[in-house]
Amino acid sequence: MNQILTIGGRQFRSYFNGPVAYIVICIVMLTLGFFFWNTFFLFGRASTREMFRWLGLILVFALPALTMGLLAEEKRTGTIELLITMPVTEAQVILGKFLGVLGLYAVLLVLTLAYPISVSTLGNLDWGPVWSGYLGLFLQGSAVLAIGLMASSWTSNQLIALFVALTLSVFLWVLDKFLALLPTSAASALEWLSFDYHFQSMARGVIDLRDVFFFFSMTLFALALAFRALESRRWS
Amino acid sequence: MTDVMIDARDLTKHYGPVTALKNATFQVNRGEVVGFLGPNGAGKTTTMKILTCFIAPSGGTARIGGADIFDDPIAVREAIGYLPESTPLYTEMLVLEYLEFVGKMRGLSGGGLHARLRRVVEETSLGDVIGKSIGELSKGFRQRVGLAQALIHEPPVLILDEPMSGLDPNQASEIRELIREIGRERTVILSTHNLAEVRLTCGRVLIISQGELVADDTPDELAARAGKPRFVATLRRNGHSASDIHEAFSAIGDAQSVQEQAGAAAGELIVEVVPKGNQDLRADIFQAAVSANLVLLGLEQRGENLEDIFRQLTTGAGASS
Repeated sequence: MNQILTIGGRQFRSYFNGPVAYIVICIVMLTLGFFFWNTFFLFGRASTREMFRWLGLILVFALPALTMGLLAEEKRTGTIELLITMPVTEAQVILGKFLGVLGLYAVLLVLTLAYPISVSTLGNLDWGPVWSGYLGLFLQGSAVLAIGLMASSWTSNQLIALFVALTLSVFLWVLDKFLALLPTSAASALEWLSFDYHFQSMARGVIDLRDVFFFFSMTLFALALAFRALESRRWS
Repeated sequence: MTDVMIDARDLTKHYGPVTALKNATFQVNRGEVVGFLGPNGAGKTTTMKILTCFIAPSGGTARIGGADIFDDPIAVREAIGYLPESTPLYTEMLVLEYLEFVGKMRGLSGGGLHARLRRVVEETSLGDVIGKSIGELSKGFRQRVGLAQALIHEPPVLILDEPMSGLDPNQASEIRELIREIGRERTVILSTHNLAEVRLTCGRVLIISQGELVADDTPDELAARAGKPRFVATLRRNGHSASDIHEAFSAIGDAQSVQEQAGAAAGELIVEVVPKGNQDLRADIFQAAVSANLVLLGLEQRGENLEDIFRQLTTGAGASS
């Protein structure tokens, strides 16, 4: 456990030594600000529904930029060799890396609290859906980050990792938007796989354990595949 | 624990159709510094990656300090300090920050960690750059950071992949001194393709060629295998002719041949004397010079010659052992 935290802590701090974290944070805050306030006064309601709608989408695009280098860059520079030959298991490396980026994501989410706080000064904000929305964002974000880590474990090229992670997570987000084109049986299965379907109910203030379970298992599944990829190096 | 710290048996590694390593078997004892020598692509790095459990062998196995690389990779990694080829480090970190990270990963903490940090920083002379980011450091300093991270947990076994590459002669001699120091109580394997290096640092040489171990010997024994020693004397002519001098040395009983060599300064002469057997002719050469009234300016024994053996063993010519 100590080693997981040490790896995670190093990863978390290293984000602040490079530009990527700052760029991602700035872009997320600015685009969110634009889309949110753009329509906020038209609705004239002290609600954060719109914010969560936009933030869910923005993060699906932004988070793969945080994960692209996690393993790919270590493989390119060779530092992975020193990391793996320390007394740690591959699982500890994967979990440490994941915790590191999850910590940065938590910081990003805390920063976005500025929006609900300013809304609450304008009117009577119901904080219930805000907290459940944040829980949803956190869970959906975990799944996106795990998918990004998995993509990063497959290649030593950050751009390929970014592209694969973006494709997968945008695909999973957009899935429930095309259901009308499909036969009903396939539609309900695909809807169940869609990020946005599970996230939107949480953004409305409904915490359904099935949604929690969905994001949780998605995260675990992607982390397990990343573990497999990292471990397969030994036998190649 | 036994004194055999590294026990590799029949290590074999295939990369697809390519065989990088074939049945490599060797032992290294506590207190030995072993040079792992071979041309590029011979299998040195592959062997080191197997010993550190970064990759698994396709066949065979190895034990490090008694722990098997398949059964107990964590114990193996705990016992090893490893410096991979080209010293991959987190360049955005500060030197101290990085060494702290490695120390924590190695299970050190608190006062123990700080004592060890102070010690390795002193050993590798990193004091002046401790607050700099690794990316700013010169190649020599990076190499020392690499060594420091390998030493921080006082591992009984050190595996160093080309620790001298890219260092200037001063840096190289400092690192060499450090490695010899470490090698007194611990076990060191270092790979290199610099033969002079091996002579200076290692008590034993493993030569590997095309994935196969072709020699396992001390540098001196290896050199002896290649043939006779030669003695090269530099003399002041003192008005003597070359043939006089030639005669004076040919009179040495054990001398097989005497040859004048090119490259002497004005008024000087360089002579190479080859003995009949393996005799040491240095005393005889001195006596001969004195009795012929020649001034001996320099005398050198050239036991020939690691380069030749290396070439022989690694190009197939006589790779029979």
